[in-house]
Amino acid sequence: MKIAIPVDEKSIESSVCISFGRTPYFLIYDMESKKSIFLDNSAAASQGGAGIKAAQTIVDNNVGALLTPRCGENAAAVIKAANVKIYKTINDSIIDNINALNEGKLALLDDIHAGFHNHGGK
Amino acid sequence: MKIAVLSGKGGTGKTLVAVNLAAAAKESIYIDCDVEEPNGYLFFKPRDIKSEKITIKIPIIDERLCKGCRKCVDFCKFNALAYINDKLIVFDEVCHSCGGCVLFCPEKALTEKEKIIGEVQRGVSDNVTVITGILNTGEASGIPIIKKLLSDTSAGKGLTFIDCPPGSACIVMESIKDADYCILVAEPTLFGVHNLNMVYNLVRLFDKPHGAILNKCLDGENPAEKFCIEKGIQILGKISFDNELGTLNSNALISVRENMKYRDMFSALLQTVTKEVRHETAINP
Repeated sequence: MKIAIPVDEKSIESSVCISFGRTPYFLIYDMESKKSIFLDNSAAASQGGAGIKAAQTIVDNNVGALLTPRCGENAAAVIKAANVKIYKTINDSIIDNINALNEGKLALLDDIHAGFHNHGGK
Repeated sequence: MKIAVLSGKGGTGKTLVAVNLAAAAKESIYIDCDVEEPNGYLFFKPRDIKSEKITIKIPIIDERLCKGCRKCVDFCKFNALAYINDKLIVFDEVCHSCGGCVLFCPEKALTEKEKIIGEVQRGVSDNVTVITGILNTGEASGIPIIKKLLSDTSAGKGLTFIDCPPGSACIVMESIKDADYCILVAEPTLFGVHNLNMVYNLVRLFDKPHGAILNKCLDGENPAEKFCIEKGIQILGKISFDNELGTLNSNALISVRENMKYRDMFSALLQTVTKEVRHETAINP
């Protein structure tokens, strides 16, 4: 299974990004082959609806799970429609979170927030 | 002539000024463009209200026709569309109703439906025609309502007062776009100066003739007045920090209709304002 994590820099040593929709990069990590790819998040500079566009990107990369500290409701609607599971990260270390997922220690993200921008692209 | 009343924050006295100037005129139109929280009608208590629902257009998909080319998804700069599991998802509240997705769809799978976002109410309060825009709670943008509010009066030749929303965002730009003159209402504090500067920059950007009314004036230093003098902003008038005026206003009474003192004050202010507007429209037709 491939997973996606919003990350601050193009390195597995960097940290998990606090924002899903406006993260600069996504790490696409293959749990079996242990290969990593870093994607530019084209949604980062969007006027509005960044979460929707970012969610479309990770769904298009055929991931099975998203690991993120938080996620807005529009993005969550897209991700859930694609049957991708959303897990809540435990800290800002990418490796810790991948290990925790492997060990079955990550919980599903259930506190989906209503967005911070008054209903998206205002 | 259309006169917009604006300020960088709420509570400076936009509605006080707009309502009382409209009431002091022989005949006028008062338009409440603060569609997220209109309150001018609370003072005017208009009668014979006629209401009109305002709708916007939102795309809907015919799944039988959609081939999943994603031209609509790529086009939408507000990211209101996503294509997931061979299905198009439309986020109504993110959509800005530009209609681009419908135009771009090569399969003609997208059409538009009407969605009610609020209403416009017109009524009468003695010498004032009162027009109020109301945006439904939870809707993203009041701009379609403001467009409707202002389109009705574009042909009007009388005196129109536009009570703007607070701030200097798109919704205010839409409200002052066609105004002949802008009145900036300011408070005598440093915070007031910051907010005055926001709307001052806005009216300059729009190249609108403007002047300031200094509200809640006290004895002593007035940072807003200092700012106006520094920037060369015409001071149209000063309203003192007055318990009686504040009490009338907080009881939703129109002070010019209650007390000759205030009628005289706002009539004089109105005269200054109309003289300024005439002067401006004469030199910048």
